[in-house]
Amino acid sequence: MRVRRRVTLWSLALSVALAFTITVSAGIGPVRIPPTTVVRVVANAVVIPAGVEFGTAGIGPFALPRLGVAYRSPFAFPVDDVHRRIVVLVRLPRILLAALVGFALAAAGTVMQGFFRNPMADPSIIGVSSGAAAGAVAFIVSPIALAGTLWVPVIGAVDVGLSHGAGVSLFAFVGALVAAFGVYAIATRQGQTPVATLLLAGVAVQTFLGAVISYLQLQAGESLRRIVAWLMGHLSGASWNEVLIVGLVVPPLFLVLLAYTRDLNVMLLGEAEARGLGVDVERTKRVLLAVSALVTAAGVAFAGVVGFVGLVVPHVLRLVVGPDHRVLLPTAALAGGTFLVAADTIARAGATELPVGVVTAAVGAPFFVYLLSRREVYEL
Amino acid sequence: MSDEVSATVDCAPNETNAECPVFVRNLAVSYGDVTVVEGVDLTLESGSLVGLIGPNGAGKTTVLQAIQGITERDAGSIRLAGDALETLSARAVGRRVASIPQETGLSFAFTVREVVEMGRTPHRGRFEGPSASDVDAVDSALARTGTAAFAERPITELSGGERGRVLLARALAQETPALLCDEPTASLDVNHAVETMALLRRLVDDGRAAIAAIHDLEMAARYCDRVVMLANGRVRAAGPPDTVLRADTIHEAFDAEAFVGRAPATDSPTVTAYPPTDVTSHRVHVAGVGPETARVVARLGAAGHDLSIGVVPDGDAAALVAADVDATIVSVPPFAGVDEPARAAALDHAQRAAVVVAVTDGSGTVPSAIRERADVVVDPADPPTDEALLARVAAVSASGV
Repeated sequence: MRVRRRVTLWSLALSVALAFTITVSAGIGPVRIPPTTVVRVVANAVVIPAGVEFGTAGIGPFALPRLGVAYRSPFAFPVDDVHRRIVVLVRLPRILLAALVGFALAAAGTVMQGFFRNPMADPSIIGVSSGAAAGAVAFIVSPIALAGTLWVPVIGAVDVGLSHGAGVSLFAFVGALVAAFGVYAIATRQGQTPVATLLLAGVAVQTFLGAVISYLQLQAGESLRRIVAWLMGHLSGASWNEVLIVGLVVPPLFLVLLAYTRDLNVMLLGEAEARGLGVDVERTKRVLLAVSALVTAAGVAFAGVVGFVGLVVPHVLRLVVGPDHRVLLPTAALAGGTFLVAADTIARAGATELPVGVVTAAVGAPFFVYLLSRREVYEL
Repeated sequence: MSDEVSATVDCAPNETNAECPVFVRNLAVSYGDVTVVEGVDLTLESGSLVGLIGPNGAGKTTVLQAIQGITERDAGSIRLAGDALETLSARAVGRRVASIPQETGLSFAFTVREVVEMGRTPHRGRFEGPSASDVDAVDSALARTGTAAFAERPITELSGGERGRVLLARALAQETPALLCDEPTASLDVNHAVETMALLRRLVDDGRAAIAAIHDLEMAARYCDRVVMLANGRVRAAGPPDTVLRADTIHEAFDAEAFVGRAPATDSPTVTAYPPTDVTSHRVHVAGVGPETARVVARLGAAGHDLSIGVVPDGDAAALVAADVDATIVSVPPFAGVDEPARAAALDHAQRAAVVVAVTDGSGTVPSAIRERADVVVDPADPPTDEALLARVAAVSASGV
């Protein structure tokens, strides 16, 4: 099958590019680490199940026998421990988070452009980014946040403590989903969601949330710097927990999007034609909107508003691999990951760290202008 | 009216008949407060091609969209191969009717084969690759429509006619019992238009059923088994082309005066339309032979005058047109000369007519008594325009009253 082969080849090539970029990026920083060392560190961290171990769980008289799996590392390359710590604890979480966020934004951007059949569509078009920003800013300026901790009552009497960073992410995530749902609800009448109405509802909600954010910024006082940093997108201080959360949320949702690539192709024909070809248009729209909103929200909740990845990367890949979403979606997602890792490397490589959003916009916008001058993005 | 329509349109009295690919009863659709169609009945049998005609805005496209469930209906029942539309999923509808839009919204460089493969959407599972039957359906659709030759070319590089055939191929790949075509010939050159209609005709002869919204009345008359004429959202007439395409129905539906003749080359109705006038009907006798007389008879007949003509030779152009406008004809066999009974009959008609029009082309079959009595004289060497002709007839009849 031709399409399957193209998907496999392109995905393999772009995965190699992503792995290469990650390896090189992990070596770049105040401390230069050669790529070979990076590879060794990663290899040393690989563990495989090595056997079964017996132990006990519980305390004192309540100790119970417990079965566990023992792991061991097949590799033991000699590595400088400082280098190991820098790669594993500082750089890799940040790089992997960048890769996942770039992957998520480019995937959502591809789906949104196809869905809206509009060249200016990107993941933020249904209000997700504005919602995330409003949520994050609201948390940053709120008195609870200033106290440093937030206690969220969860079902029953269980309380979960949140660190500041986690609080911002949670509020951003919830804000993103609330905004997206709001846009959807405004645009939906009698079970029908016309794409044009959705687009305009998105603009309205984004404008309104922009006003809210501006007002909160005026009231922010000393938090203003943190707000600005968040709004421009940032990946500094990423931890393995964040990588784990995004890594658990994004890939399964991405598989859902992949399952809808054929429908996305048919949706490019327009809704009436898609319906004539047996696609349940309204249901497909709901699924694509919900999943894209979740994917985007997971990305921006941890990285802030990173612009242009979701807009430019799908356009570039469409020029390279063509409009078929079966090929375009996986390749654009992988390229998005690579692009954001590279951009974030530039952002942190200088003497002063830049917000990654500044780098993506500074690199992405001129490139976009170049594409426009070649008139090749006019098709979508 | 509706009794007559039902009588000529019904295929099977049993509406749950699975042999009946499309069955529409009493369909009503409105957009907001505006009623677009109302009380539309339409039945499509296997092996028949039904033409949906009517002026712009009559609701042709709306009817097609309602059949696919794209447009919500206010009332009426629609059954596809025996099952009510509302009980069918989008996928099931896509396996029963395929539509061929006027122009695709696709502006992306998909190859022709990929576009035709999209027709398999209602047959394929979300996670399945193409099955052998999918591949067969696509290959045979490409072959039947003559698009196999450019199967690997991007659809964006094709001409309008080629794109039209690709859309038809996509609909064929859907392997549905019924095809719905919205203006299949609208943007095509005449050669591609007849090719498309002939292909549609072959598909129908092979057992499919098709409804085509067509604005070209002669194309509809030539290729369709039945024609449904919509006007102001209602069925104005339905049945074989001969019974539907008539001057009176066209006048009502299209607000145009029309002469409906027969095209000898296709033996199907041919329609010549004129702008509407507000002529009062009178008895008019036309004397003359040949093409100019035929033109005069066609125009006066289309305007609603009660015509008689004579004396003309049988088989003369004027005699044929006169028959098509139901004129009273006084004729003689060709080359036989005018006998006394014919001369007397023609003179009698001329005397009873409010207006006598004579076309002076030197023919010997028009009695001189009629020539002398002529109120309006048409010189074929310097023919009046249609408007001038009608005005002169109207002026004479007005002065005579």
